[in-house]
Amino acid sequence: MEEYNKLKHMFDQGVLSRRQFMSGVAAIGAGVAMGSTSFSLPAFAADAPKKGGTLKLGLGGGSTTDSMDPRSWTDSVGLLMGFGVYNQLVENGPNNEPIPELAESWEAQPGAAKWTFRLRKGVQFSNGKEFDADDAVYSLNLHRGETKSGVAGPFKAVTDVKKVDKYTIEISLESGDADLPSMLTDYHVMMVPNGHTDWKNPIGTGAFTVDGVAPGVGGTFTRAKNYWKPNAGYLDRVEITVINDRTARMNALLSGQVNAINRADPKAIAKLKADKFDVVQSPGGYHPVISMMVDAKPFDNNDFRLAIKYAMDREQMLKSLFQGFGSVGNDHPIPRGDANFNTDLPQRKMDLDKAMFHLKKSGVTSKVTMQASEAAGAESLNMAQSLQQTAGKAGIKIDIKKEPADAFWSNVWLKGAFVTSYWGGRPTATAMLSVAYKAGAPWNETHWNNATFDKLLSDAKSELDPAKRKTYLWECQRMLSEEGGALVPAFQDYLSASTDKVGGITVHKGFDMDNGRVMEKAFIKG
Amino acid sequence: MFKLISQRLALGFLTLFAASVLIFTGTEVLPGDLASAILQNNATPENLAALRDQLGLDRPAVVRYVEWLDHTAHGDLGKSLANEWDVAEEVAPRLKNTLFLASYAAVIAVPLAVFLGIMAAIRQGTLFDRFINGFTLLTISVPEYFLAYLLVKYLAVHHFWFPSLANVTDDTPFISRLYLLFLPMLTLLLVTLAHMMRMTRASVLAIMSNPYIEMAYLKGLPKWKIVVHHALPNALAPIISVIVLNLAYLIVGVVVVETVFVYPGLGQLLVDSVSKHDVPVVQACGLIFASTFILLNLTADVLGILSNPRLRMPR
Repeated sequence: MEEYNKLKHMFDQGVLSRRQFMSGVAAIGAGVAMGSTSFSLPAFAADAPKKGGTLKLGLGGGSTTDSMDPRSWTDSVGLLMGFGVYNQLVENGPNNEPIPELAESWEAQPGAAKWTFRLRKGVQFSNGKEFDADDAVYSLNLHRGETKSGVAGPFKAVTDVKKVDKYTIEISLESGDADLPSMLTDYHVMMVPNGHTDWKNPIGTGAFTVDGVAPGVGGTFTRAKNYWKPNAGYLDRVEITVINDRTARMNALLSGQVNAINRADPKAIAKLKADKFDVVQSPGGYHPVISMMVDAKPFDNNDFRLAIKYAMDREQMLKSLFQGFGSVGNDHPIPRGDANFNTDLPQRKMDLDKAMFHLKKSGVTSKVTMQASEAAGAESLNMAQSLQQTAGKAGIKIDIKKEPADAFWSNVWLKGAFVTSYWGGRPTATAMLSVAYKAGAPWNETHWNNATFDKLLSDAKSELDPAKRKTYLWECQRMLSEEGGALVPAFQDYLSASTDKVGGITVHKGFDMDNGRVMEKAFIKG
Repeated sequence: MFKLISQRLALGFLTLFAASVLIFTGTEVLPGDLASAILQNNATPENLAALRDQLGLDRPAVVRYVEWLDHTAHGDLGKSLANEWDVAEEVAPRLKNTLFLASYAAVIAVPLAVFLGIMAAIRQGTLFDRFINGFTLLTISVPEYFLAYLLVKYLAVHHFWFPSLANVTDDTPFISRLYLLFLPMLTLLLVTLAHMMRMTRASVLAIMSNPYIEMAYLKGLPKWKIVVHHALPNALAPIISVIVLNLAYLIVGVVVVETVFVYPGLGQLLVDSVSKHDVPVVQACGLIFASTFILLNLTADVLGILSNPRLRMPR
């Protein structure tokens, strides 16, 4: 009876299809004892996407301050809802390569400072209006000038956005950047109708329209009629519930109340797989970092910085803090999966002898204080303590000061000399290096200021030859690893989980849940 | 009698006013400022300046406070600083949800607690009494999120009898609400039962040692009648205080339960808004909570007076 109840429950929740339910019941009738999860069902050839069904998502990363204004997004729920309702000019492909979306094609004039984008014709907003250059110009200008957009920093490089004709726009930059298309894949850069400001009633060209959104609680979405993109937008409905608490999120998946979640608990992955849930591990560029300001004593001494770098046990941190779901870091912010990742740079391992050698050479004997906070990531404090321990063995004395979360970003980050922090990934190496390591960048937490590095970076940006770019970027990574102020112990992979009836969630090198595009890519199997 | 109530009401207003000052200054002295708390890791000097300008953070606190008080008195609670929604619009549905859950739990918990307390008092010393005492002590000692997770694990994940998420929306029908909210209600019930029950029991037992109770025994009245007709009315005052305290907790203190069950109530809104320094929302929630406490206390006072004939008749 228990098995039957379980089957019925799973069918009610949409976890089983009718066919699976019937065959399960037949199996009970035939007296086959079924384990709680071991169905052997005929393999359906139905893994091709088909229209229909409701996806119930349980997502962490939402807050009551979310809105459908693209400029406001800082976390998963906002941007994921956005990707269901809006489109971008350029989409970030699974390998972080730019793919045409609302922009059909683009080209740069030599020097990469002036770009022309040709827009897709015949795309309609949900209110029937056709998408054209006026909408594109307005949408891009939302992030320029006096704006609180999260992508305002990179957009400062844009000097002009001009409409050329109904379906063509021109973007001018203050200096050449071969990665402009990738910059437009930033999750803030969405196409909205010209002049639109009513963010409670969002209008987009995306696969879904909003039925209702309650910030911090969730939203329901219905498929738009005639979505222009082929091979996307299969679901009839999407119901999103914001579940910030990790255990509650897992319970919701296990009890069948949602059929897919993001940010699964790494400790529960084995159990999820055993219970026949699908787990997708995406090697994004997310990495925690401990930053040392290279212009503050005693961190201005490179030997001291190297001593700490050698005293960090990266493998142990990856294993104990991230349960092995990720890859070891080499003190620069470029992940293994990036096209320009420096494969020649030897992976630094913990070496207490070298640490002691560099410590002695630096002549630093004083104690240093690290400011750590949960605001910088759930594992921030554990990471700090691990470093304190191993560095202590090499004779480096570190004190940890735990900072409260609510004032961390305004009072500690960018102000303290030895601080824990984190970065989400960026689609291109130049973007990541520019946002955190270029001299004068607002978020340059290590105060890294190196003219050679800056020249290499700007050369890489305006260089259209990929082989030459690679050499510049490789050198940048080497410089950061050997002289920079950032300690990067590991890159953390994104983990999402779903019932095996949900298809279409694939590995992506950007953010989790298909870089946020799960709503248009997922489908219900069977 | 009427004078008493209106006196108490006036005092209540004064307390509310004092509370509003505290609430306002409280969010002012928090470290960090609103603009960087909202923007967090995405803050650039331009962003920050633009946001600060928009929020009017450069004006002195006193000016802003008076403005706020004036608007609130007219029913305009302002706009949320973080997502520009009307504060009243954001708070109203959540207040409804919180009140619903609180009433759901209270309607079952209060009569149950009083009944069990009386039973335990009547059967003082028996196995029933000891068991009830022990069990309620256990539930009140276990932290409520742990209790909530236990309930979810056994009743939702293992057995699928109840949902693990209480994701209620505006148009959820009444019966579905009762079903969705069963586990949160059960958690709150278990947490508040002990306090009210034990107080009832202790209060009744204290009365039972009085001479007039002994007289009632000697007269030959059955025990239950003695307890219900003679002891209970005299024991009401402390019982009412405890009940009111727990009712206030049910409205104001359930943010943990809301988080575990993802229930869109006022507690979660308050926590989010505090960490984003969303001052208008925090102030609105603070005022609501303060008024709740004050109102409930007022009710307790009045009921306590009503239940005591000596206080009812002015001298």
